[in-house]
Amino acid sequence: MNRRSLHLVIGLVLVLIVVGAVLVSYVWLPFPPDDTSGGRLMPPGGDHLLGTDKLGRDLFTQLLIGGRIAIGTALGAVAVGGVLGVSAGLLAGFATRWLDDAFAVVLDILIAFPTLLLAMLIVAGTGASLGTAILAIGLAMAAIVARLVRVLVKQVLARDYITAARVAGVSWPRIVASHIMPNIGPVVMVNLALQAGLAVLAEASLSYLGLGTPPPNASWGRMLYEAQATVLTSPVAALAPGIALVVLVIGMNLTADGLRDLTDPTRRRGRAAVDVVELADYTEVVDPALARTTGSDRRED
Amino acid sequence: MALLSVSGLTVRSGGTTLVDDVSFTVGQGDRVGLIGESGSGKSLTALAVTGLLPPGLTATGEVRLDGVDMIGAPERQRTAVRGPVAAIVFQEPLTALNPLMRAGRQIAEPLRRVRGLRGAALREAVHAALREVLLDDTDRIARSYPHQLSGGQRQRVAIAMAIACRPRLLIADEPTTALDVTVQAEILDLLDRLATAHGTALVFITHDLPVAARVIHDTHVMRNGRIVESGPISSLIAAPEHPYTRTLVDSARRFDAALERTARD
Repeated sequence: MNRRSLHLVIGLVLVLIVVGAVLVSYVWLPFPPDDTSGGRLMPPGGDHLLGTDKLGRDLFTQLLIGGRIAIGTALGAVAVGGVLGVSAGLLAGFATRWLDDAFAVVLDILIAFPTLLLAMLIVAGTGASLGTAILAIGLAMAAIVARLVRVLVKQVLARDYITAARVAGVSWPRIVASHIMPNIGPVVMVNLALQAGLAVLAEASLSYLGLGTPPPNASWGRMLYEAQATVLTSPVAALAPGIALVVLVIGMNLTADGLRDLTDPTRRRGRAAVDVVELADYTEVVDPALARTTGSDRRED
Repeated sequence: MALLSVSGLTVRSGGTTLVDDVSFTVGQGDRVGLIGESGSGKSLTALAVTGLLPPGLTATGEVRLDGVDMIGAPERQRTAVRGPVAAIVFQEPLTALNPLMRAGRQIAEPLRRVRGLRGAALREAVHAALREVLLDDTDRIARSYPHQLSGGQRQRVAIAMAIACRPRLLIADEPTTALDVTVQAEILDLLDRLATAHGTALVFITHDLPVAARVIHDTHVMRNGRIVESGPISSLIAAPEHPYTRTLVDSARRFDAALERTARD
């Protein structure tokens, strides 16, 4: 087993631990979420595996429910960001001249716009909720995904096999389905896996600031916030959600890392091919005029 | 009526003129060469002929492919004429084939689109196309991904893809430049044989005079986007008029002379 597939295995194990715990939480919880009968700020041990918080709620129960929110955010934000980002990126990839420039500028502005500020604006309009947080994170993710897809699409469009397909009269929808999507898919998938980890962190930050999941629902970010005041007397209340966050995010990042290798056909089939989409060389093919000035594109004879 | 007639073709990128007032015609079964160095505009001419210039480039003048105006006509008309009439073979077979699609499927795509073949007939046509480019192990090749094939095999697959629909015009854009010298000769022979067998007109783009001499008759030498000299390739080689053509011929002769000298020593 090489280093990358080890990343994938460790990453998947970490993610599956969290996902498994979340699935279990739907059929079994140690205590009802709002059961405050356990006494306040109990230390770990006994009935309460991780102790209780300052309202007397079981921390392990809170942690499991926070896991639902973390996984839900990751899935929701990836769905919003993936669908919007890939669609917008495809459109932008096909755009030419001023429309292309307009897309590039708008996407750069959106990416420069802080996710937290975007979330605050949306919250100001609709009130804090998990849906708002997912929407804000998903929109921010969509801009990043769209920029990536735009570049990848332009890169694939510059390939000779697209020209060959067009000479043969293959329609654009077919070209997108059979040439463009398969070629950009793996890179986009890896990016979405990375973005999922970032989305979990973003939701935790929003909830920490009170812009995400409203009380009494436990999000890991909210748990961190609430544990802050009592961190010296009951450190587990802060450590538990913190460790859970780290496990999930590292798991998602390692999975993305491993996926990157798995989806690279040159390594998968054990032989070097030149034409696999590499982010690093996109400037060479995106703009024919650019390629001509640098003299790096052999197609421009 | 000529299969392809180009008159006053000019291609611009912003303020720069890349192809300048180029005119030539290609009749049914003709062998026409566009010869020139890198940046002389020969590939752009080929793309403009099919109406597929990269975004940002604009063409003016007149290009008629089988009677259809490839610059002014609506996209629907241009698409309708492209597939059945013209096909392109590119320089680098690795980028001319989709790296994630098996060779057989890539050959099948135009067959499905242009000739409307399906199922067993489609499969048989793919294998026939592979046999035609002298690839014997058709089952294995059809199931291979481009990177599992050698450079020569890839270029044969690309040619199979181009000629599968029996185009009346085959545009070959430096089809041998990326290949080993020994493979080059095979590919040239193949193009020559296929064009003769099917009466296909050939527009052959190259910077290599000896390569061109093998397959073409009428020649247009391009430099800085203009055609500087035209004529049968035999008279161009025998009596080049333009200084650039003379340079091309001289450098080819110098290689020959060096080869002779080495053989004698």
